[in-house]
Amino acid sequence: MKILVCVKQVPDMESRFQVQAGGTAIEEADLAFRVNEYDEFAIEEAVRLKEKLGEGSELTVLSLGPQRVAEAIKKALAMGCDQGIHILDTASRDPYQVASLIYQAVKDQDFEVIFTGMQSQDLGYAQTGLLLAELLGIEAVTTVVSFCQEGDGFLVQRELEGGQRMNLKLQAPALFTCQLGLNQPRYPTLPNIMKAKKKKITQLEAASLAPPAARSQTTSLRPPAKKGQAKFLEGDLGAMADQLVAELKAKSLI
Amino acid sequence: MKALVIAESREGQPLENYLEGLSYAKALGAEAALFLVGAAEALPAFAGTLFLAEVAKHLEYNPKGHKALILSAVEQFGADLVIFAHSSYGWDLAPRVAQGLEAAQLSEVVELAEGKPFLPAYNAKLRRQVETSGKLVVTLQGGAFAPLKAGGSPQVTALDTDRQSQVEFLGFEAAAAKELDLTKSEIIVSAGRGVGKAERVQLVRDLAAAIHGDLGASRPVVDAGWVEHSHQVGTTGQSVTPKLYIACGISGAIQHLAGMKGSDFIVAINKDKEAPIGEVADLFCVADLTQFLPILTDKLQG
Ligand SMILES: Cc1cc2nc3c(=O)[nH]c(=O)nc-3n(C[C@H](O)[C@H](O)[C@H](O)COP(=O)(O)OP(=O)(O)OC[C@H]3O[C@@H](n4cnc5c(N)ncnc54)[C@H](O)[C@@H]3O)c2cc1C
Ligand SMILES: Nc1ncnc2c1ncn2[C@@H]1O[C@H](COP(=O)(O)O)[C@@H](O)[C@H]1O
Repeated sequence: MKILVCVKQVPDMESRFQVQAGGTAIEEADLAFRVNEYDEFAIEEAVRLKEKLGEGSELTVLSLGPQRVAEAIKKALAMGCDQGIHILDTASRDPYQVASLIYQAVKDQDFEVIFTGMQSQDLGYAQTGLLLAELLGIEAVTTVVSFCQEGDGFLVQRELEGGQRMNLKLQAPALFTCQLGLNQPRYPTLPNIMKAKKKKITQLEAASLAPPAARSQTTSLRPPAKKGQAKFLEGDLGAMADQLVAELKAKSLI
Repeated sequence: MKALVIAESREGQPLENYLEGLSYAKALGAEAALFLVGAAEALPAFAGTLFLAEVAKHLEYNPKGHKALILSAVEQFGADLVIFAHSSYGWDLAPRVAQGLEAAQLSEVVELAEGKPFLPAYNAKLRRQVETSGKLVVTLQGGAFAPLKAGGSPQVTALDTDRQSQVEFLGFEAAAAKELDLTKSEIIVSAGRGVGKAERVQLVRDLAAAIHGDLGASRPVVDAGWVEHSHQVGTTGQSVTPKLYIACGISGAIQHLAGMKGSDFIVAINKDKEAPIGEVADLFCVADLTQFLPILTDKLQG
């Protein structure tokens, strides 16, 4: 079985985000980048499926983005993917363009199972996976919290509000968007990191894949208007604790 | 402008979130119609056109079928805008419908300013404004738009299709039973991923014990198995309204805020001053919790 997992590299969410002059993108210079959290669950599930199927199954990881996203591909290879595809792209794209570029890169490869994250942590579109499935004309299930391959089909659970779930059964080819908590993603071990260095990464230029026009364009990026009236306490920890205790007592909260 | 608002039903009952969709349509001055895969016996209150497909035939989960039904309603009504809730139903269908319409989609709209939608970006630390042209599909962040008052009864236009997903819907499974009911707690002290590792949850437990509060948790702490699911606060956990909520190492993602922002007094303990929990906090202690919590607990015990 041919399996694909799509991975996005995103900035660490604990960063300070500065908007570039011009106001439609963030300054990237001082940011640390990592694998989108949702995609770590996608990689883990893909690797488990490959391991379960054993001989004859092959797992490809794909990421679209600038040179730096090679690091995200390498991490996925160290977690157990067999090979990588890097769509080299420095433009800012909307999810329709990203899905179309991925589609162009994989449409002739007959992937039977595709995993993506349910959303990206930075821009939270929650669209790319479904758009890719639509372009490929295959079934897709979103927000998967339990995944089980059985015979030639899959039994999966989608998560709904309040922790309620929905049980679904389907056949390949299909795409699954992975929700937090689907599994416990493994850490790449040193020997696997070494092995990953020998795995092949195919590089494709986005321009050669004929990206369509964007359907949406960011026109401004700004901090939210401060609604909060939070009082900030900073500095000496002992003094801060005293102040906090005093406030809570004054309000009869403790 | 004409807006088709997508209503939802869950286990036979219509949900109320269509009222937020109607509110959004109204704010844009759009003429609104509703769409629902539901039952004729349980219709949403609305004085206008309702495009209704029978849930008995089309099921509650059948994305290909529901997509085809929505596309036919869009065409019949002549909608320029399709409005979903950013819910498990909405985020699953919106991109399929957008692709069917070759339209742009804006996910999780939180605000309209001068008729322009704004979206959260970078864990809600920034807001993004987006331009689109032609038809548009949006999903709305839950709670961002004040629901219109429900009222009236709809004129029903029946819809049908033979499209079917290959996905077989086997039914619902209830959320795990909650051994712990946090909805009645007066004081909740919650642990977030900022605690760093399982052992350090104890620092949060100690603080909770010192002020006779209950332990709460954010989702990653539960997913990692550090704390039981019954302690989870948020959209996929419990919604709580204590007198005092102390969030330790919790960034304040929308799905967490949705479960605790109704608390009377909120204290955040976080080393990142810009964490979005600041939006709802009354007091924000900028501190490393590994150092601060023992000091605080000590003073409260003393
Ligand atoms: C459909 C859906 C449903 C969801 N349902 C829920 C839900 O019910 N409940 C929920 O909580 N989440 C839910 N989530 C997940 C949510 O989006 C966030 O991922 C999650 O709330 C983040 O948890 P966190 O704040 O603990 O972790 P993070 O976002 O990683 O934040 C950790 C915080 O700790 C701070 N920190 C780190 N180290 C320290 C230190 N030493 N001292 C002090 N502070 C420190 C950091 O500055 C950061 O702000 C859901 C997501 C989706 C998509
Ligand atoms: N640039 C990208 N490269 C590879 N996969 C991506 C990219 N952007 C999004 N994805 C995939 O699509 C999922 C949803 O992302 P989004 O639609 O941006 O919220 C992510 O979790 C990834 O699996």
